[in-house]
Amino acid sequence: MIGTPNTSRLETAGAWLLAGLWILPLAYAFWAAFHASGDATSLRLASPIVLDNFHYVWKVAPFPTYFLNTFMLVTLILVVQLVLATLAGFAFARYDFPFKNIIFGTILLQLMIVPEALMVENYRTINFFGLNDSILGMAVPYFASAFGIFLMRQTFKSIPKELDDAAVVEGATSVQVLWRVYVPLARPTLLAYGLVSVSYHWNNFLWPLIVSNSVDSRPLTVGLQVFSSVDQGINWSFISAATLLSVAPLLIAFLLFQKQFVQSFLRAGIR
Amino acid sequence: MRASRASMTGLAYLAPAALLMALFTYYPAIVTVFHSLFSTAKANRPSRFIALDNYRYMLDDPIFWKAMHNNILFAIGTIPTSVAIALVMALWVNKKMAGRSFLRMAYFTPTILPMVAVANIWIFLYAPQIGPFSRAASLFGFGHVNFLGSQATALPALMVVGIWKEAGFFMIFYLAALQNIPPNLSDAAAIEGASRWYFFRRVVFPLMLPTTMFILVNAIVNAFRMVDQVIVMTQGGPDNATALLLYYIYQTSFSYWDTSYAAALSVVLLMILAILAFTQFGLMEKRVHYR
Repeated sequence: MIGTPNTSRLETAGAWLLAGLWILPLAYAFWAAFHASGDATSLRLASPIVLDNFHYVWKVAPFPTYFLNTFMLVTLILVVQLVLATLAGFAFARYDFPFKNIIFGTILLQLMIVPEALMVENYRTINFFGLNDSILGMAVPYFASAFGIFLMRQTFKSIPKELDDAAVVEGATSVQVLWRVYVPLARPTLLAYGLVSVSYHWNNFLWPLIVSNSVDSRPLTVGLQVFSSVDQGINWSFISAATLLSVAPLLIAFLLFQKQFVQSFLRAGIR
Repeated sequence: MRASRASMTGLAYLAPAALLMALFTYYPAIVTVFHSLFSTAKANRPSRFIALDNYRYMLDDPIFWKAMHNNILFAIGTIPTSVAIALVMALWVNKKMAGRSFLRMAYFTPTILPMVAVANIWIFLYAPQIGPFSRAASLFGFGHVNFLGSQATALPALMVVGIWKEAGFFMIFYLAALQNIPPNLSDAAAIEGASRWYFFRRVVFPLMLPTTMFILVNAIVNAFRMVDQVIVMTQGGPDNATALLLYYIYQTSFSYWDTSYAAALSVVLLMILAILAFTQFGLMEKRVHYR
């Protein structure tokens, strides 16, 4: 703990003012979404609260499909990432093989390449495999994550080797050791990495925008963009309602599990 | 024989991740460089080797320079401010302050929301006539400013969104660093009668330097991958006033379909990222010696 426990009133006021400023855009969206479009831009407190905007948005645009697509995209990426990172992290932490350090260094190089810089060629690859306009095409470039591998390797390395020696003596196979000894002990890391991955891919926009070109594959972010730029002209109440709809699950999850989110971002940081 | 079997097992565990990474990171990185040396195939004219012509064209391309210029302006305009705000936020949230968990939530919320969604909200805030910013401007006698529609204000308007979105993210890293400062340091300072400002300047700030370096490099990387809000809010306009490098690559590749010039632009982006990564690596090394 830094500083004296009794903080000056001025600082408390400043902190609250900044928090107010930071929350203001979201508060404004809430206001617009729950009021008729005529009342959206006037801040008369007496104007009636309505749910029509949500009804309208849900009916007029394929938001249920968008939700399903985002859900599938995020789940697919998460599951494959966790499996691949666990396997590769286990290999680096517990096995010796030729060129191990060179391979590890090469994998870490991926950390410096942001995926967007490779979108032109990756789009070609996706097309080559016929994965254009599909959820799999949106997901597959993110399956192998250097950061996930690095994180799992560090976690597995911190687990005492005596534990799996004991399991091996009892006749467990390598896969059983990984599944019964290592994975349970790595659960906090897996959870942290999972939260960061889900919130990253729930929000990801550019690559899904490039890959998808129909309602059937569009995730929420792209769907929201299509809705607010094409369908609506400028009805702020509808756009705000659509915006809140698409962030609601993540926002609710964040509000409920705030501590875990913050800690996960700390633990699994940057990507 | 046993050793080689064990190494085969290790390689088998590694193989799926390694193959996918090769296919979607290393192969495209190499092929991007390769394709940048060719011309884009057109209906009547196949792709051919043109060596460095794409890069020569780039040197004379005003939009490329505009995008680079904008990117640098964007970095300068957002990074120092958001990092400073992040540090202040972290110092506040780290205290026993009334409503501390609400404050942390308020600061961090923009970070977890999709840029596309918050960009929509900000378009509304910036809207001419009806948006609150425009109303405030007319209240102060500036008339109804169209923030996203005029050359002078469009990029600064995006910068504000960037600062708002990133500060809470950087706060997290400062918070972690602050919590690692041993409490006896502040006790000692209190006994010595050091002022809070003195304590911050001589103890906290120096201890935050490695974190600040780490945040700075990541902030610069983020500035160069900034694209969502450009697509949603301005499409690079008006008159390329908000064209950033990644947006220009996107446009060149997926609107003009000039994929080989887009490849050359991507190579420039990759080089910038490589330089930043090596800077970070160098700083990390220093940090190790520092401890």
